[in-house]
This record gives sequence, C-alpha cells and structure tokens, in this order.
Amino acid sequence: MTHPIKCILAGASAFLALVAASPSQAETTLSFLIDNNPDTVAAAEALVAAYQAKAPDVTIEIEQRPGGGEGDNIIKTRLATGEMSDVFLYNSGSLLQALKPTQTLVDLSGLSSQAKVDEGFKAVVRADGKVYGVPFGTAMAGGILYNRKIYQDLGLSVPKTWADFMANNAKVKASGKVAVAQTYRDTWTSQLFVLADYYNLHAAVPNFAADYTANKAKYAETPAAMKGFERLKDVHDAGLMNEDFGAASYDDGLRMVSTGEAAHYPMLSFAVSALKQNYPENLADVGFFAQPGDDAAINGLTVWMPPALYIPTSSQHAEETRKFVDFAGSVEGCKVMVETNAVQGPSLVDGCDLPADVPPAIKDMLPYFEAKDKTTPALEFVSPVKGPALEQITVEVGSGIRQPAEAAKLYDDDVRKQAKQLGLPNW
Amino acid sequence: MTETRPRLRKSPYPLWFFIPAAIVYGVLFLVPTVSSLWFSLTRWDLSTAEFIGLENFQQFFSEPFLVKGLVNTLIYAVTTSGLKTVCGLLLAVLLTSNIFARGFLRTLVFFPVLVSTIGIGITFTVMMHPTKGIINVTLETLGIPGPGWLTDPGLALFSVALVDLWKGVGLATLIFIAGLAAISPDYYEAARIDGATRLQQFFRITLPLVRPATITVVTLSLIGGLRSFDLIWAMTRGGPGFSSDVIASVIYKQYQAGFYGLSTAGNVILFALIAAIILPLTLWFNRRGVEE
Repeated sequence: MTHPIKCILAGASAFLALVAASPSQAETTLSFLIDNNPDTVAAAEALVAAYQAKAPDVTIEIEQRPGGGEGDNIIKTRLATGEMSDVFLYNSGSLLQALKPTQTLVDLSGLSSQAKVDEGFKAVVRADGKVYGVPFGTAMAGGILYNRKIYQDLGLSVPKTWADFMANNAKVKASGKVAVAQTYRDTWTSQLFVLADYYNLHAAVPNFAADYTANKAKYAETPAAMKGFERLKDVHDAGLMNEDFGAASYDDGLRMVSTGEAAHYPMLSFAVSALKQNYPENLADVGFFAQPGDDAAINGLTVWMPPALYIPTSSQHAEETRKFVDFAGSVEGCKVMVETNAVQGPSLVDGCDLPADVPPAIKDMLPYFEAKDKTTPALEFVSPVKGPALEQITVEVGSGIRQPAEAAKLYDDDVRKQAKQLGLPNW
Repeated sequence: MTETRPRLRKSPYPLWFFIPAAIVYGVLFLVPTVSSLWFSLTRWDLSTAEFIGLENFQQFFSEPFLVKGLVNTLIYAVTTSGLKTVCGLLLAVLLTSNIFARGFLRTLVFFPVLVSTIGIGITFTVMMHPTKGIINVTLETLGIPGPGWLTDPGLALFSVALVDLWKGVGLATLIFIAGLAAISPDYYEAARIDGATRLQQFFRITLPLVRPATITVVTLSLIGGLRSFDLIWAMTRGGPGFSSDVIASVIYKQYQAGFYGLSTAGNVILFALIAAIILPLTLWFNRRGVEE
C-alpha cells in the first residue's frame, strides 16, 4: 500500500524539480520545416549540427514535409493558420510572391550575412524593397544532361544550335540508343524544353517577361516563345524518345542518361545531386549543355535560383531564429551546405567557393556563369505569372496529343486564370 | 393524413432531445456547406477572401478541360457503376449456389475492398507499365502487343475504371448476396415444380426480388464513381495530359495551384451535379418500388 504512494511522491518531486530547473537553463527550441528530398535533409542536418556546435543553448528540430504541390499546400495552410515553424525552407521567385511575404514573413534585410549574398538572388526574395530570405544551396540551371561516353563513341560534339542537336540525335538513334530520354510519369520533367528555352526567348524578345506580366505578350502570339513547344514536338515526331516515355519516371531518366541507355535528358542541374546518390559510379560520364537555339552565337543558360530560408511573423523566437538564419546565409553556412551535397551550380554567397572536385556536369556550367550575358534567370523568377497546367500541356505536346500552336493558346488561358487569381493588374 | 400532426405533438420526447444531433449536424454539415458556398464566391488565399461574385463559376466553366472532365466523370461513373452491378450480381448468384470452396471464393472476391486504394493504384500502375509491366510482358509472350494501358490517352480512363471494378465489385457482391439470401426458397421450389428453367428463375424471380439490393448498389457505386478521385490520382494524375481528368481531379489541381476560391466553386459544382443525378434517380427508383 505504501509502495504506490512512495512512487507517486517520488515522481511528483522529480517533476517539480524539472519544472523548477527548466527556466534557469534558458534553452530555446526552434522548429525548422524543410522538404523531404534526401539532399535537403542532409544539408539541413549538417547546417543545424554546425550551428548547434556554435550555439549550444539552442536546439533546432527539423520537420519534414512532402515536395511539389502538396508541400505548397502545407506551407500556405500553416502560414494562414499561424501554425508555421520558426523557420522554413521554400522556393524563391514567383512562388514566394504567392505567400504574400510583406504580410506573413519577417524582413531579413538587416542580417549581416546579406552583405555577401548575390544581388541576383536578393532580387528573387524581395518584395516592396525588403529582402525576406537567405539562400539555401547553390544556383542551378536548366538545360540538357548528356552522356559523355556516347558522345565520345560516336564522335559527337556539344551542339550550339537546335539543328546540330537534332543531327546528333539522328546519329544516336542510328546507333540503336535512345536519343532523348523523356519521363512523363513525373509530369514536371516534361516542361524542361519549354522552360530551359527561356534564354533563347529572352535573347530574341528582351521585354517578353515585362510584357507578359502586363498581359501585353502571349506565348501563342510570340514566335520565339512558341519555339519551346515546337522543339518538344520535333523530338516526339522524329521518334527519338524512349519507348516507355509515358510511364518512365524521373529516376528512370537519370538512370538512362548516366548509364548510357540514352544520350540526352533535358533536366535541371539539381539532378546532379541525385545522380551522385543513385549512380555515383556513372557521375563522371554525365555532362551538361544549355538548350541550343537557332543561332550558334546566342548560346546561354537559363538559371534557377535556389530556395531560401524564411521566418514567419508568427514565430515566437524571432530573435534566436534570425541568428540561425544569419548563420545559414553566411560564408560559413554556405560552405557547410556545399560540402554536404553535390554542388548544383555556382554559389550565391561571395567567398563561398566551390570545391575543386565538382562533377563534370557542373564544370560544364561554370563557363556560362563566368562569361558575360551568357545566363538569364528563368521566367518564373522575373514574372509572377506561371500557369499551373504547363506540365500537363507539355506532356500532351511531347506525346503528340496536341499541336504546339494550340498548346500555346491553352497555356495562355491557364496563365490568365493564374494572373486573375493573383489579382494582378491589367488582367 | 390528419393523424400525423396530433401524433407529432404527442411525441414523448421533449424538443431539446434533438439539440445534440442538431449541433453535430450543424457543425459538421451545415456550417461547412454554407461557408463553402460563400467561399466559392470569393478570391480566397486562406487568410483573406475578396468577394468576386460568380467569377469563379464563370472561370470554372470556361476551363477548357472542365467539359472534358465532366464528360469523363460521367463515363467513369456509368462504366464503373454498370460493371459493378452486372458483375456483382453474377458473382453473387455464383457464390450463393452450391459451388466448391464457396467460403474461400467469397473471401477472395471481397479481399480487394479491404486494401488501400492508393496501394492498389500503385500496384496496378507497375503492372500496367507499357514495356516492363507484368500484363504486357505476359501478352507479349503470347504474341499479342499490349497497349499502353495508362499512357494511351484513349485508354487510360477505362484502365482505371477496370481497376476500380476489381476493387469495388466485392462490396457490390456482398450487398447482392445479402439481397439473395432474403429471397424465400419457396419461390424457387414453386418455380421448379412449374418447370421453370434456371434462366427463367433468374429473370422472373431473382432479378425482380433482388431489386432493393440493386438500387443500393447502383446508387452507391454511382455516387462513388461521380466523386472518385484517389484511384485516378494514384494511377494517372488525370493524364496523359488531361485525358483521364475527372471533376474531382480538376478541383484538386486548382487547390494545388493555390486557387482556393476556384476549387471551392468546383466542389459546389460537383455537389450540385451529384445531387442533380442521384436525387431524380432515387425518386424514380422509389416511385417504381411503390407502384409495384
């Protein structure tokens, strides 16, 4: 009979001791929401470990969410309901603008780390003149991954024009290999020929982004903008794709281009991280080039900015969180991330140099960044307008279900809907 | 007819007995319904809602794929509902007759109902892969070139409908078995004495008397088919392109894109569509039931 009472008393006093002791330790626990991509998790864990070594009184708990549209929903819902974590990772550019940063996020312009952050990056996390994020990872580019062994075996050289590219494809096809891997099971991968063509579009029509945002330019009425859709159709009509393109997945595409089943795979350079994880022994066989256009003299890269870390206004620990975010944006934080994962492109923090042993696909990208005017940010970073149905439309064009002209018109309708929902002027 | 009113007044239960039920109904059904009607008239980003009248509905109907989604929804609902009713009844007749391993076969037919829809969707997606899937590989060994079950735009919706049939027919069978068990064996005995064939017994006795079960199966599977989403999403995500989009997947895509007001308007349309189909159908079924 006395036993249980003793136990309860002991338990109660232990509890009291705990309650009494905790305020004196002054420990803060921050929550940190990231997507569940293995690379992101690895980088976030390394970042947190490095920060906690510097600030032992802060505990940072990482939460994971799914990627893609589902992840967008989680972010938007949690922000709207005030349930957001103390710091979170999310896209920069047009997707950030949809979060209404001026209302929901903490202004990070004053962080000391911002002094070394690239101006181009700040532009895509800015709203009303204030900077709301620090970069997480390096820049990346959209273009075409190619198998260097196939190129060597067939004596091909990196194409500078679309015609050269198609000529290469014909030779690859004749050799019995797949010329262009397409993976429409993961519909987002179908957009690359259109999105990565933006450098060429921008070169031909420099005001396209501004006119497009202002509802003055349309895909269907701009021949240079139509090219992306036409190129998708070219590749389909020439029968260059893998037989199971409708059911193949992103990982199938990576396997094909890295092991030499296919010569080309249009993709973002962030795929290099996945290649390093899944096909490390083939990493050296994969190269990268910008999507070729009509003119060999105009050959440049369409660049994607990395996601950023943001602090919601609902955070209860804004001060501690700012310190952590400041660390993440610093040269030291950038180095932690660069050393953890495969680099996907140039760093956006001045003084955070890339390691010497970057994979060949990344090495191929760097000359574009070093030269002047050989890169341009992707359309989604310079215009808030991007229709959500583009990936379905590009699947249709790439599968031969729909003609480019009709597809462009359809996409313009989709864009109109999005602009109206965003409440943009002139739509 | 005049009796009903005094009977109501004489109810032994005081009015406040209904309050708990009314609160549950109000909170879980009325409030969401009314608020979704309101939100369907706004441009809504979860924090602010701006009233824009019927613009969302106008947008939804000018959506190039809404019409296609609508047609696909009807095709899908009618196909799955029809197949489930016919196959369910035939299986139920088979499984109530004196066949070998009846209990085991019943379990076998019912088993897919218990498995998660997403799991089934993923499994069949793998099995229906155009070059590596077990279905096409088997067909190939027989010398038949298999189609792209889920990648051919003309076929994708029907492939999903077939999987839906496989998954849902167990429940229809179960309802039919219960309906068949309720038919008195006397009828069959009398029919046999009169010399009716098996086929005549089926059409003259089984089919009319299993009517209540048929109505249940048709109504349930039609509602299920009209609002089906999970299987389609797991298998094709409405693709290739938009060829297997149904209203529910169109709505989901609007929600994914952050167009909350627009997707709510889509839900109101779906609600109206289901009501417009099921309500007259139920009334018609019931009236015919009374007439007979």
